[in-house]
Amino acid sequence: MNDVETETFLRFDNVKKSYDQKNLVVKGFDMQVKEGEFITLLGPSGSGKTTVLMMLAGFESVTSGDIVIRGKSINKTAPNKRNIGMVFQNYALFPHMSVAENLAYPLSVRKMPKAKIKERVAHYLSLVELSEFGNRRPGQLSGGQKQRVALARAMIFEPMLILMDEPLGALDKNLREQMQFEITRLHKKLGFTVIYVTHDQTEALSMSSRIAVFNDGVVQQCAPPSELYERPINAFVADFIGENNFIPGKITSVRDGKATVHTDGGDVVTQVSEGLPASGSCRVSIRPEKLFIHPTTHAHDNALKVRFTTRIYVGDFIRYYFALPDGTDIIVKVLNDLSAPEFEEGEEAQLLWLATDCIAFA
Amino acid sequence: MTSAAQALRTQRNKALPIGGDTHDIMTNSINTLNKEDAANAAREVRKRRLQAFLFVVPLLVFLVFAFVAPITTMLYRSIHNPTVANLVPDTLILLEDWSGEGMPDDSVLLQFAADMKRMANDRTSGQLADEINRALPGMSSVTKSTARALRRVEDEDIAANGATILLEANKRWAEAATWRAIRDAGPIYTSSYYLTAVDLERDRDGGIVQRDTQIYVKLYTKTLKMAVIITVLTMVLGYPLAFFMAHASSALANFLMVFVLLPFWTSLLVRTTSWIALLQAGGVVNSTLMWLGVTDEPIELLYNEFSTILAMTHILLPFMVLPLYAVMRGIDNSYMRAAISMGSSPLAAWYRIYLPMSLPGLSAGALLVFIISIGYYITPALVGGTDGQMISNIIAFHMQVSNNWELAAALGSLLLVLIVLLYWLFDRFVGTDNLKLG
Repeated sequence: MNDVETETFLRFDNVKKSYDQKNLVVKGFDMQVKEGEFITLLGPSGSGKTTVLMMLAGFESVTSGDIVIRGKSINKTAPNKRNIGMVFQNYALFPHMSVAENLAYPLSVRKMPKAKIKERVAHYLSLVELSEFGNRRPGQLSGGQKQRVALARAMIFEPMLILMDEPLGALDKNLREQMQFEITRLHKKLGFTVIYVTHDQTEALSMSSRIAVFNDGVVQQCAPPSELYERPINAFVADFIGENNFIPGKITSVRDGKATVHTDGGDVVTQVSEGLPASGSCRVSIRPEKLFIHPTTHAHDNALKVRFTTRIYVGDFIRYYFALPDGTDIIVKVLNDLSAPEFEEGEEAQLLWLATDCIAFA
Repeated sequence: MTSAAQALRTQRNKALPIGGDTHDIMTNSINTLNKEDAANAAREVRKRRLQAFLFVVPLLVFLVFAFVAPITTMLYRSIHNPTVANLVPDTLILLEDWSGEGMPDDSVLLQFAADMKRMANDRTSGQLADEINRALPGMSSVTKSTARALRRVEDEDIAANGATILLEANKRWAEAATWRAIRDAGPIYTSSYYLTAVDLERDRDGGIVQRDTQIYVKLYTKTLKMAVIITVLTMVLGYPLAFFMAHASSALANFLMVFVLLPFWTSLLVRTTSWIALLQAGGVVNSTLMWLGVTDEPIELLYNEFSTILAMTHILLPFMVLPLYAVMRGIDNSYMRAAISMGSSPLAAWYRIYLPMSLPGLSAGALLVFIISIGYYITPALVGGTDGQMISNIIAFHMQVSNNWELAAALGSLLLVLIVLLYWLFDRFVGTDNLKLG
């Protein structure tokens, strides 16, 4: 236990928050963050993730529980004494100051000598590849450039922690991908710890060391991206992260961590989620890209009889819509190559997949 | 490379120059307008301009009638005074030869006596009496009584010994000062009203000197001082309120906004009268103070500078709060939070980040309040007493009581110049593009 304690950089201890003295917005949040980790708080809007970030930054008080950095509670520390950098969705660059003045602000607040400030500002401008832009006003920059300035400004005073509140929410898709890459690059290069809030799951999956999925004020699962995607702990996570098909059925037997489930399209063997009962109804979750349409060369041990509804041409892949006899929609993603089959409407088809690729949830 | 591909390539290479030419021709014909296009485009622009003009025509007409014309008239009136020149034109011509020392010639007196008789019969002698009286106090009654005396005298008598009759009617006609006053009131275009408006006058030699009584410069200074005090007070009261409202929930902000706007919805007279009820000797404030034992006798709260400033601050507060609120509402929380997260104390963050960002609202509010209070009339008139009078009250006095419209026009024009000057200064140092009025 002691080892964990020394390694833990930031710890949330049963943190709760209520705004109206009646309802909890954050209901007992626990998390341990190691130095240098990139943690993403992911969840639908109103799930409490931003509130957690604001409590960490000190702009919202903690109703109960403890936020601990390096073994010291910061609940009572004023926000300007926490030494936490922050990046906002609207960038929050000071419009009446030039880019260089914006970067110099946290340093001048710390009474750093002028020459040193100049040097540091130049260094960080080159770090975000904006060396030429020091004299511009924020209003003269594009969205991506603004966000890079905001990033540099949050890093320049070398805070122990950088918080990002949906920093890429205002950018278009291409820029967003560029900036994701940029943030990851800087994070790897400088090694700071990041707490990142977003509702965009692709962003979360591609950047984070660990993701905490929020819903309704509670963390549903906190795990590395691949684990979150492959082994969701419950139906909410399975549904929220990526696309998923849910096939309703009845559990007929559970043995050695595998369950046999009777569905409308035939019996299937699935992996078992925690706390799944030995009998009763359940939902089998399976990703659209893990399903294959008969005939296929891929390995498989489950088969399901379905009817073809329609297919949508997306470009790099094709989405097939099938329906179970009871009406449940099943989506299949097929790479757009010569093997993508054609169907008549209402034609019968068979879907195949591996038992290790699906999980049954209660 | 296969022979087919090779063939294709040579073909393409051959075709390239031709393709290039076609391309050039294409872009030329695409980028330039032909005659018909140009005419169409010009017609489009003309149509849009005409539409835009038609939209502003009603306001333009209104402004010309309600704003440009009256102000031009006022400016003209402040230098144009043909009354005396119209009443006694011949006397004025004869007076041109007079040196200004000793008595003028008898011919002048004769002509003046004849003019007086005509004016007495036309009932226009009163106008002349007013004009001379302005330069030389006491001349009003002298002129009027003389006119009465001359009305019954026969024309032949006046022609024969008009001078004697005039001097018998009142001995002030024997003074050179009287004739100088008439002569100096003669010119149709005069700067004398502007000189009076800044407490100056012309001496006998035409040099500009200070007047004995200093009224207007002092009044302008006091008006400016009061306007500055009122502006500062509305800032001090309005800024925190607007700040709070801008960051409160919209329900609370709307509720508070009702209180800010309440003064707008009640009649100006009611508001001002309620201040009288509060501040007068037996009013709410004084009776409370006396009941508390703070003072034994009522404090003079009403009819002075204090009450004027108090009431005007109350009335003008919305003009400060509204632009401030509008600007602050647009300043996201994150700016202050960003500054604080970077280690700035809240007060320092406010000073270096929030204040500059809210400056457009603050300067717009300040400009509004300042300009409105400089020309404010009703409140100082009601609660100002003699002490709290501002320049507009004197202008009103000259228009309604002393009937000196020319001086009122000169004072008003100076006020206008002052405001334009202040606005120019403001533009110079703060910049009007920094204004945000809503």
